[in-house]
Amino acid sequence: MNIPKELKYTASHEWARVEPDGTVSIGITDHAQEQLGDIVFVEAPKAGRKVAAGEAVGVVESVKAASDIYAPVAGEIVAGNDALADSPEQVNADAYGSWIYRIKPGNAADLDKLLDAAAYEKVASE
Amino acid sequence: MLKTTPLNAVHREAGARMVDFGGWDMPVHYGSQVEEHHAVRRDAGVFDVSHMRVVDFEGAGVREFLRFALANDVAKLTQPGKALYSCLLNDSGGVIDDLIAYHFRDDFFRLVVNAGTAEGDIQWLHSLNALAGHGVSIRPREDLAMVAVQGPNAREKFWRAFDETKPATEGLGLFQAARLGDDIMVARTGYTGEDGFEVVFPAGDAESIWRRVVEQGVRPCGLGARDTLRLEAGMNLYGQDMDAAVSPLDAGLAWTVDLKAPRPFFGRKALEARGQQHDFLGLVLVDKGGVLRAHQLVLADGGEGEVTSGTFSPTLGVSIALARLPRGTAPGATVRVVVRDKELAARVVKPPFVRNGQSLIGV
Repeated sequence: MNIPKELKYTASHEWARVEPDGTVSIGITDHAQEQLGDIVFVEAPKAGRKVAAGEAVGVVESVKAASDIYAPVAGEIVAGNDALADSPEQVNADAYGSWIYRIKPGNAADLDKLLDAAAYEKVASE
Repeated sequence: MLKTTPLNAVHREAGARMVDFGGWDMPVHYGSQVEEHHAVRRDAGVFDVSHMRVVDFEGAGVREFLRFALANDVAKLTQPGKALYSCLLNDSGGVIDDLIAYHFRDDFFRLVVNAGTAEGDIQWLHSLNALAGHGVSIRPREDLAMVAVQGPNAREKFWRAFDETKPATEGLGLFQAARLGDDIMVARTGYTGEDGFEVVFPAGDAESIWRRVVEQGVRPCGLGARDTLRLEAGMNLYGQDMDAAVSPLDAGLAWTVDLKAPRPFFGRKALEARGQQHDFLGLVLVDKGGVLRAHQLVLADGGEGEVTSGTFSPTLGVSIALARLPRGTAPGATVRVVVRDKELAARVVKPPFVRNGQSLIGV
């Protein structure tokens, strides 16, 4: 399973990467894209939206099914990756290179509650 | 415990992602549902459909029995090998199942029914048999397996794998079948909107037949591609587009209900009393913002409707659906579909969307 060590994860199959400016990029894991199959639609949240931890903020749809994307921590959305609207298949091709949105955490310490690669691997193997 | 077809090990060996489909452990895809879809539209693909049930009917009264049991009229089947699509109705005129009936001899017909409904169908047909009193023998053929080889090059590739079948099958018209010996049937039918064969044979031969077909460059395809192909082809899926509570007249299947002869088939009275209450048509999503899916609410000029099947069409590159709509909704109309928190515009079209690789809806 492709689970980069340097990223954080959620049990709902998002990955999170802390950027140098303190914002966090969020996407879906390689395991998630594989489960969904051919992705045909991505809806990213709009910048400026304030969200709670666990709130559904976007959608990824494959030919087969629709799947919500959640906010791993509370905070404010600072960017949505609108380029994915025209090339949703990028998420299949490169799940960890396809960030869907960026969030500025209300409390940076909340990031410590996310899963590390080893813990996510257990979740994904279930 | 899931039921398995004789090809289960072959699917697993090929790396298929397996799912529970109505109690059967079936391949949903072998890597990419969309590539499998395109293979069938452009070349050839093969599906394991051994979960579907073959049921043989024999006896002097078999034609009269099926004229009573089925909503379409098997009196139309005069040539041996000719096939007919029909619904099996309950006493309120709802659809118990949809099936294909094959005529082999005047005392021998075959039905091929859906996997999830097979047990119920067989019980139902036994009760109708007792009621009709023709003493027909009903024989479910769990000893048989079935594959569908579909696509513009499907027949050629099948003949390359089994050249001995060509003389008996190259003259088959659409919806026509040949029996090669007692237990092999090659039918020019399918569920994809492409040319091809559905082939029935003894279960023990399944692996070798599958491998020989695949060796000819026919791509293994799962239930995922089967669903997008049938939806593009405007074909109903039982349990989704219609069920025991839905009249065939409200599911776009009026053409399969033969009311011409004064034939007292089961469910007829209720069906005629109820009449048609909905139009059943296709939708093409116009706005961006999601994918049409079953159970979404449709807002039309004449009232509310419901998406019964929806997907993203790999051939057309847009989202399409089948929908039950208020009576009077016509092709060309624009409706709104509630997709999550948005209302998206969709164009009403007459299915099919795609036939023989070509778009029929101007997309």
